[in-house]
Amino acid sequence: MCKPETMSEIVFKGRTGLHRVLICTGTGCVANGALDVYALFREQIRLQGIELVADFAELDNIARDSRALFISRSGCQGFCQMGPLVSVEPEGILYNKVQAADVKEIVEKTLLGGEVIERLLYVDPVTGQACRSQKDINFYKRQHRLVLAQCGDIDPESLAEYRAIGGYSAAEKAWVQMTPEQICQDILAAGLRGRGGGGFPTGRKWEMCRIQPGARKYIICNGDEGDPGAFMDRSVMEGNPHSVIEGMLIAARAIGADEGYVYVRAEYPLAVKRLRKACADALQAGILGDNVFNSGVRMRIQVMEGAGAFVCGEETALLASIEGERGMPRSKPPFPAQSGLWGRPTVINNVETLATVPLILRMGLERFRALGTNGSPGTKTFALTGHVANTGLIEVPFGVTLREIVMEIGGGITDKKGRIDPGGFKAVQIGGPSGGCLVKEHLDLKMDFDSLRSIGAMVGSGGLVCMNQSTCMVAVARYFMQFTQKESCGKCVLCREGTRQMLFLLDDIVEGRATPETLALLEELAGVVQKGSLCGLGKTAPNPVLSTLKYFPEEYLAHVRDKRCPAGECRQLARPEILAGQCKGCTLCGRKCPVKAITGEPRQVHVIDPGLCIRCGVCAQVCKFNAVTGFQG
Amino acid sequence: MDKVKYVNIDGRDIPVEGEKNLLEVIRKAGIEIPTFCYVSELSTYGACRMCMVEVEGRGLQTSCSTLPEAGLKVKTNTAAVRQIRRVALELILANHERDCTSCVKSTKCKLQDLSRKLGVEQVRFRAVQKPRVVDEANPALVRNPNKCILCGDCVRMCGEVQGVGAIDFAYRGHEVVVQPAFGKNLYQVQCVYCGQCARVCPTGALTPKSETAAVWRALQDPARTVVVQIAPAVRVALGEAFGYQPGEVTTGKIVTALRMMGFSKVFDTCFAADLTVMEEGNEFIRRFKENRALPLFTSCCPAWVKYVEQFCPEMIGNLSTCKSPQQMFGAVAKGLFSREMGIRKEDMVVVSIMPCTAKKFEARRPEFRIDGAAEVDHVITTQELAQMINEHGIQFRDLQPGSLDLPLGFKTGAGVIFGASGGVMEAALRYVYEKVEGRTLESADIREVRGEAGIREAEIILGGQTFRFAVVHSLANARQVIAGIKSGERQYHFVEFMACPAGCINGAGQPVSLDQDYARSRTSGLYGADQMLQLRKVQDNPYLKELYAERLGEVGGERAHHLLHTGYTARRRMKGKSMVIVDGQAAGKLEIRVCVGTSCYLKGSQDILHHLAQYVLVKGLSDQVQVKATFCFEKCDKGPTIKVGDKVIGHCDVNKALAAVEQAVANGAGVTGRP
Repeated sequence: MCKPETMSEIVFKGRTGLHRVLICTGTGCVANGALDVYALFREQIRLQGIELVADFAELDNIARDSRALFISRSGCQGFCQMGPLVSVEPEGILYNKVQAADVKEIVEKTLLGGEVIERLLYVDPVTGQACRSQKDINFYKRQHRLVLAQCGDIDPESLAEYRAIGGYSAAEKAWVQMTPEQICQDILAAGLRGRGGGGFPTGRKWEMCRIQPGARKYIICNGDEGDPGAFMDRSVMEGNPHSVIEGMLIAARAIGADEGYVYVRAEYPLAVKRLRKACADALQAGILGDNVFNSGVRMRIQVMEGAGAFVCGEETALLASIEGERGMPRSKPPFPAQSGLWGRPTVINNVETLATVPLILRMGLERFRALGTNGSPGTKTFALTGHVANTGLIEVPFGVTLREIVMEIGGGITDKKGRIDPGGFKAVQIGGPSGGCLVKEHLDLKMDFDSLRSIGAMVGSGGLVCMNQSTCMVAVARYFMQFTQKESCGKCVLCREGTRQMLFLLDDIVEGRATPETLALLEELAGVVQKGSLCGLGKTAPNPVLSTLKYFPEEYLAHVRDKRCPAGECRQLARPEILAGQCKGCTLCGRKCPVKAITGEPRQVHVIDPGLCIRCGVCAQVCKFNAVTGFQG
Repeated sequence: MDKVKYVNIDGRDIPVEGEKNLLEVIRKAGIEIPTFCYVSELSTYGACRMCMVEVEGRGLQTSCSTLPEAGLKVKTNTAAVRQIRRVALELILANHERDCTSCVKSTKCKLQDLSRKLGVEQVRFRAVQKPRVVDEANPALVRNPNKCILCGDCVRMCGEVQGVGAIDFAYRGHEVVVQPAFGKNLYQVQCVYCGQCARVCPTGALTPKSETAAVWRALQDPARTVVVQIAPAVRVALGEAFGYQPGEVTTGKIVTALRMMGFSKVFDTCFAADLTVMEEGNEFIRRFKENRALPLFTSCCPAWVKYVEQFCPEMIGNLSTCKSPQQMFGAVAKGLFSREMGIRKEDMVVVSIMPCTAKKFEARRPEFRIDGAAEVDHVITTQELAQMINEHGIQFRDLQPGSLDLPLGFKTGAGVIFGASGGVMEAALRYVYEKVEGRTLESADIREVRGEAGIREAEIILGGQTFRFAVVHSLANARQVIAGIKSGERQYHFVEFMACPAGCINGAGQPVSLDQDYARSRTSGLYGADQMLQLRKVQDNPYLKELYAERLGEVGGERAHHLLHTGYTARRRMKGKSMVIVDGQAAGKLEIRVCVGTSCYLKGSQDILHHLAQYVLVKGLSDQVQVKATFCFEKCDKGPTIKVGDKVIGHCDVNKALAAVEQAVANGAGVTGRP
């Protein structure tokens, strides 16, 4: 089978004179005004008397040499930090941070005049060079966009566009030409592993469910993406909902399910809306329904909004939630593939996994296996955030190194003030609150399931939070612990009480009450919670603590023994002091201090009363003479 | 024959003989794996993490949720296992009200017991208890969330076994609490007070409410004569508190102990049970002949009665109108016997000793009052009696058995077996059969009704007709039977219902045991006691005959009916506050209430409410009229229902409602007293 085509290839095939303007309407760009930009474009085009095509289907009605403009909205293109993003094709010009005021100029200069507007181009923060198109931008250049490729290319609400680029051909092949065994074998042979965190071979999961007896089985798409800072699944659901539906259709055929659920976070309203529309359109087109691809077999998919609990992303809690019960996990075995939704065999796959499935069948196993590593073929999306120059949604083949992601795609670590700091790398938190941290020694580690597991980390959901030298790792551990203890469902003792007690111990550490016993107890408790908790949430909740303890023991020790935070982030440990040599007695700090802890006559050296001081740091911020010290580690 | 499967536990091969999980096999091997959330009669929950063991090749696993597959190699006491258990215990203790010395559950508390057994000598974690309100608004149970360890045993008991679901988990993470819906107390919700939650609660979070102080007060009041009745199930369980085997009958010692404590007369609920059979048997024969209000449901169990009132009020007519033995006893003691004792009934205090917490509720029902006073003044449980015996310092084991007072202490075997599931039916059949057939039963043992199954059914030929009956225990089974009766799938003439699994012998007031063998032993204790009695049919009870001849008159007659029968009312609704929509201030304002309960709402009551409010505003009546959205009038089949003044209007619509208000106002409602 041929390579999936891009919309550009399809749109411009055999045409001259046509332009396409593609506006990213992912959540990030919409928040920055992309919808206004879209509306203004349509208006400007009308004013300029250019023939406008707003629907893919209308393209057939215009002449081959028409100088029309095809305007379309795409899902997330990933470079959210630079949004709203506007591409002009076929030239391939990418404008970023486009505002309403820029639209007229783009229409006049670029569309009509063929001129590139330099100020709207992305400027590489390292080289200072303006980049004309995606190909020139490091953020994109180093990526390999497979799952996300169509996401930023087609109109997510158009079934026609999805079909034009080959959508649903894989599902049709699976339903018409392949047996369920074959599909399971192919997916197993492709080496596809679950993108939700665990990395379990998808084909094996399907096969486990396929061989279960029973007339009713279910396929569930887990779209309850809840990790702070992770938005890969949201982007796929919003940007290419049909790919998820198609993946579910293939899975349904493989396991013999006639009903499916997409369980989406309620906080993702756009994803819910687009998935619902995609289901309705697919139903109308006869893709879903009582006679899938004329097979006479029924398949229906419902979109269900999540119950608002992080733990519902855990598969057994998710099942309970769909059943209308309190979202609490239960013990495995039995595994959902044996006894899942309403006690029937059920496969639960992550969004990205399902969106990858149709691509594998379309591009062929060999081409898929050629990507990534032997043990982890294919690509993986990551949400790159934190102290890094380029943040956003990225996709890379498994096996690239952390260095490539952070330094090249991410453009390097930034310091407190947002400037690139070549020596600033401290750590990367991978996998959110369930993950661990990667440090300097891991910069050349290959990012794949097995390499990460070998050092005790995991791919997890795919959040990558980059941290510079000003980050306190104890505070990082505490932050994630605060999250998990709040999100514990409260069922099992070790997670419910253990995460809370870990948080208290971390509080003691960052607030200067800890003793060496605190550290020992924290480590023991973390180990017990990890080994003994009921579900994945509890079992992984101690990971941030354990990995920071492992890689930054000296930072913990400094807090505990010296009552000092080396990164200067833990305010309760700060010992602010005014340097007599530097203080000019300007009185500003005394006036700004919210608790009147600073005294001193004008033009005399001021003094901080440590008993009154609440360590808010305002004095240090306002001092023009850098006379206040003690807030830095 | 299949080959026997073995599991290797700490180096020993243990055969698997139908155990449902690894935990049961390990316990069979003589290793007491600690648990909080595992109760064999409930579903597996897996939350306490205490039962973890190391399984070769699989690592640490909870043994409660692991299937006993052949060939498993299990280690139950590794360092990791011990560490997890100890840390889990410490974590629970850090969030527990540790006033153990004054806790009702002290020495019987599983948390206390395991802490001691596992050698927890200090709690290294911060005490994090946030004080919560203790729920003691109801007469039967005390719910103390400060002692709750969130094992969920009560929740599963209430939902799975009893089908009531009065309590469940609320909130998340460390905020989780077990409570009735919307934070109400047990008194405000559909709890039937069976107390099975308290039976399975490992700590003092759910306990029977004690009335011992009131009983001591009565005993020590010289102006009062205190008589006591002992329920059948008490005699086969009280001994457990003093080292006797379950099922061992200690009636004689109990009588002596009660006399020592100062009770004037020691009677037996079994006498009243005989009386109940007489009345209920006749009630049945009448209904059976008239083919009316069948199947007849027994009404001895107060939790079951409340269940019907709460969940299927449309079947109240099927309930026997007979009072329960406890209440019949009270009615007879105060209504008839006080005079015989030469005391005023106001000076008589009737105390019952019951295996049951719901009996405390029953004794306080307004239906069971005689001239304004309760028929039964205080109900104490078997556990409370044991505590009083201890408090008095009586050496129970050393007591010489005493004999019960006459006449209300004389019973037949029929009254004794009332305490076990099937007993009421068997006792009734012994009577009904002879009465209808007019010939003597060959054997008093009616084996068809005995057994352990939750729903047992059988049929016999009675007076030439096929007579179908069933015996049901636990309310989830009751729910199933009721549904079957409603759908026509199940057809019976007579059904015995008991709320507690296995019947009263397993009531929440009994010494706590989760071992199913205890229930079996207590049951056979009762049947043994029945066997030992010379008279085993109520119709043979000479004192009963005398009671009817001298005082009650005819069985089921007017006097008996007045004293021994009662009626019940629907209580489906939670008390809901009504919501004022238009708040008229006039003194004689017209009150309009619109039901917005589910059924009326679905039939459009919201629309009526909306139009009424509009109408009142447009017509300038907002001072004279008060419009309220309110909850159920119990007339769901006639909904939407509204009430204008005192007039209830069913099948209401907007036009009817407006017309009624118009008329009421035209008649001058709400005008008087206008400021």
